[in-house]
Amino acid sequence: MLQKLSISVLSCLFALGLGACGKGDEFSMTTSTPTTPPSKSANIAEVAEIVKIGSVSPLTGPQAHLGKDNESGVRMAIDEYNQAGVTIGGKKIQFKLLSEDDQTDPKTATIVAQKLVDEGVVGVIGHLNSGTSIPASKIYSDAGIPQISPSATAVTYTNQGFKTAMRVMTNDAQQGKVLGEFAVNVLKGKKIAIIDDRTAYGQGLADEVAKVAQAAGSQVVAREFTTDRSTDFMAILTAIKGKSPDVLFFGGMEPQAGPMVKQMKMLGLKAQYLGGDGMQMAEFVQIAGADGEGVYASSPGNPLEKMPGGLEFSKKFTAKYGKIQLYAPYAYDATNVLIEAMKKADSTVPAKFLPVLATLSYSGITGPIAFDEKGDIKGGAVTLYRVQKGAWVPVP
Amino acid sequence: MNAILSKLRADRRLLWIAYLGLVLLLTTMPFLTEMGLGRSWVRILDFVLLYMMLALGLNIVVGYAGLLDLGYVGFYAVGAYLYALLASPHFGLHLPFWLLLPMGALIAGLFGVLLGAPTLRLRGDYLAIVTLGFGEIIRVFLNNLNAPINLTNGPQGVNLIDPISVNGFSFGGMHQVFGLNFPSTYSYYYLFLVLTLLIIFVSIRLEDSRIGRAWAAIREDEVAAEAMGIRTRNVKLLAFAMGASFGGVSGGLFAAFQGFVSPESFNLMESVMILCMIVLGGMGNIAGVILGAVLLTTLPEALRYLGPLQEFLFGEVLVDPSNLRMLVFGLALIIIMIFRPAGLLPSSRRKRELQPEPEVAAQEQATVYDSKR
Amino acid sequence: MDIFLQQLVNGLVLGSVYALVALGYTMVYGILELINFAHGEVTMVGALVSLAAIGAILGMGLPLPGVVIVLLGLLVAMAVCAALGFLIERVAYRPLRNAPRLAPLITAIGVSIVLQNVAMLIWGKQYIPFPAILPIERYEFLGATITNLQIFIVLLSFCAMGGLVLLINRTRLGRAMRATAQAPQVASLMGVNVNSIISLTFILGSMLAAVAGVMVSAYYGLAHYYMGFLLGLKAFTAAVLGGIGNVGGAMLGGLLLGIIESLGASYIGPLTGGVLGSHYQDAFAFFVLILVLVFRPSGLMGERVAERP
Repeated sequence: MLQKLSISVLSCLFALGLGACGKGDEFSMTTSTPTTPPSKSANIAEVAEIVKIGSVSPLTGPQAHLGKDNESGVRMAIDEYNQAGVTIGGKKIQFKLLSEDDQTDPKTATIVAQKLVDEGVVGVIGHLNSGTSIPASKIYSDAGIPQISPSATAVTYTNQGFKTAMRVMTNDAQQGKVLGEFAVNVLKGKKIAIIDDRTAYGQGLADEVAKVAQAAGSQVVAREFTTDRSTDFMAILTAIKGKSPDVLFFGGMEPQAGPMVKQMKMLGLKAQYLGGDGMQMAEFVQIAGADGEGVYASSPGNPLEKMPGGLEFSKKFTAKYGKIQLYAPYAYDATNVLIEAMKKADSTVPAKFLPVLATLSYSGITGPIAFDEKGDIKGGAVTLYRVQKGAWVPVP
Repeated sequence: MNAILSKLRADRRLLWIAYLGLVLLLTTMPFLTEMGLGRSWVRILDFVLLYMMLALGLNIVVGYAGLLDLGYVGFYAVGAYLYALLASPHFGLHLPFWLLLPMGALIAGLFGVLLGAPTLRLRGDYLAIVTLGFGEIIRVFLNNLNAPINLTNGPQGVNLIDPISVNGFSFGGMHQVFGLNFPSTYSYYYLFLVLTLLIIFVSIRLEDSRIGRAWAAIREDEVAAEAMGIRTRNVKLLAFAMGASFGGVSGGLFAAFQGFVSPESFNLMESVMILCMIVLGGMGNIAGVILGAVLLTTLPEALRYLGPLQEFLFGEVLVDPSNLRMLVFGLALIIIMIFRPAGLLPSSRRKRELQPEPEVAAQEQATVYDSKR
Repeated sequence: MDIFLQQLVNGLVLGSVYALVALGYTMVYGILELINFAHGEVTMVGALVSLAAIGAILGMGLPLPGVVIVLLGLLVAMAVCAALGFLIERVAYRPLRNAPRLAPLITAIGVSIVLQNVAMLIWGKQYIPFPAILPIERYEFLGATITNLQIFIVLLSFCAMGGLVLLINRTRLGRAMRATAQAPQVASLMGVNVNSIISLTFILGSMLAAVAGVMVSAYYGLAHYYMGFLLGLKAFTAAVLGGIGNVGGAMLGGLLLGIIESLGASYIGPLTGGVLGSHYQDAFAFFVLILVLVFRPSGLMGERVAERP
């Protein structure tokens, strides 16, 4: 028995050692990379100090397209600053993006958060989802590193009392209020049906809309549910059709919203379709095709084309990374805010520029950005859009 | 390696030195890891131990008793949520961990019996789909029990879970011991290490016990086992309950360690990964299972360095590392299995089953000879 | 009443989609007793390849009707998937034919991870819309609605099942397949080339997967590199429900699963007084599955067979 124990423990040890050595080599390579920068940018890097900024989003799995979009937004902002040249504290600064994949998994989120902290990032743009932003926020808070999420909407994220957790996106309560009131006051919805995708995002938003709509005197006649993997909604739509609502609100993302609107037409369900920022994207229009015509969805901030620099951003972004999926402008803004705070504080030390960041007012391409005492975006304008002739057009 | 082991067996002094070295290494592991690889790897080290516990638990069901279980993560979830709900502001309850961990083991064990009971007559792949369904049912309920009464807080998850604390020593905070900094990942490392060793010990004892032999008999031939007077029903249920209780404890530890649980952490892929650890390492063999857990937990993290590696080799990043990472991981699964179909460290029984006849005979002779000596 | 009828129609269509995937699953299982976890991923590849082909044909601007273009896309997808199925079996399963039962399960998982990520590298991370080139007509009867595409999918799945049953029971190839399934050694003694029969089974199964993939993306209007996972899982459930390895069982299991999900989503809420709702649809489906297996441990149409030694 003792021998068996020794064998198994020894082999465990062996395995651990093996793993450790293998990685050790690789790691020493990674730590050596900054000191031997690629030859392309050698002339800048020779004099510049390297400051690392992290970006975390799912780069594999069902939301990989959104994750890549966020990363590209951050990358574009960083490239622009590097091209223009930034001097902070008397030194030339070269920003370096460290991008990690959290696979929408809370456990992986904490691992990559720790990894970024280890590698000495001064700020993190991310994560994409609330479910990953929340567990990671504790690690950034312990390390005193600011975390700006471009897209997490759960109220809890900024409610934990962490000074480092912020977002440039309106939270569920802010957006749900606008959507609920729009459904009742503008769309004149007396009977409202609500579907959510049982994710932290979809459920949070849908509950808020239900609450606001009921408070405004409308009746929630059906509350149905789906998942963020489903493509077939005929059953719940049929059940909803039986209640003949005027408005159907969906809390979820575009891979579900697109097929859902097609199936509504297939069934002859005539309710006005309404959604949140998760479906206000070009792909929804493509997937839904003609059936998407007349659908409403909200998006935080102001329309890009009305903002100074907004059109220019979308042109440059599209040329470089392809179509904007969804949150790239917010990731871009979040990065800009972070770097502007460093410039204003004249320091790249998180402890020094974090207080500046908390009180900064910045005019971004998605709207004016300033944080309240919790880290939520102040004011938090929400714009409603409508699909007209195959494109999202802001509702005046 | 075998030569070293047999030498160790022969010489007691060498064995003790090896033990001493092992103890030293295990105690200094987090320091070595942080120095060599950085602090994030200490967290990964903690997860390695956590997955070892999970894999050893599943090994009882799959490796020992031969019952294919694809819903193991359900028990992990039960343990995690039990801890989360009873030690967080969600209900305002803050029960101590020494009550919650055994409770997690007990309740997860009960769930194990609950799963085992209707599936006693099922075999192989039918059992696999039922256990898979069971795991999904648990996840669906956790994800949706926020209305009409808010039990689990639904998809939002439970936040601000109490860290484990003993006599005012909180595992969650930073501590100073002998002038050394002890972040929470270090404290949890030692806690997880103790529990992992305990589970390894229990696993070894179980394997050679009456029950262990009964499990082996059922695994090899259920009908024959029953004919030999083994109460297959009770013994199978016991396997489910034991495996599940290990999962429940791991779940509680996970909740305390992370401070946040949500149903996303308990999806089907997690079950599949734990099963992969066992099969890849060597089913039924504790050393193999441990190796499998180490490999499959560290590999995806190690592959994150593909980006810097490319930079080092070619001067720039040619292929996005996030695109390559899981691809390489999948390829590794295929290649390892093709070259080591019985796992990296197969159990001795399985090795015998797989080897061609003359070698088996020779080996059996050798073992007979060994036992006489 | 019209709601109930509509739910039956919904379930029938959804079930036919599941059945199309489950047929390929069950074929491979029937012959190798291997859960081919990568089958869902082959379906995904079929969908994406056909979309790429359709896109290319549309790009050429030929004056072809939509149905013809989709058919051409389908042919390309079937060819690619056939090659893929052959390759998967050769690389990942054949070396493990005499290995412990769980070893090929792990390579299957490896293959599905690899296929997903290769597809992601080729087609990118975004959802790809299916071009609206098929003429969709809606028909109404007794208050329920059905479209021509839905009718086509239901008919197609029945035809695929019928074709398979005929193939397996009435042809020389089918006899060889049955022989291989029962006793590979004996079959090879009788002059059956077991390896090529197994390859052929994989090729056929993968072609069916391609058909299923094209139908799914045409019906739901999109394709994505991650779509195979859930589809494969549902198909596996359907195949087991019906009795895995049995072609008729896969069809029955698929249809039943579809109908259970539809009726479940619609009626769990009212039946439990609103305590449970359509979010328990998946849990309900699995619950029914467990219940069925408790009373029929080998599925609805599976025969009780002794385990292979």
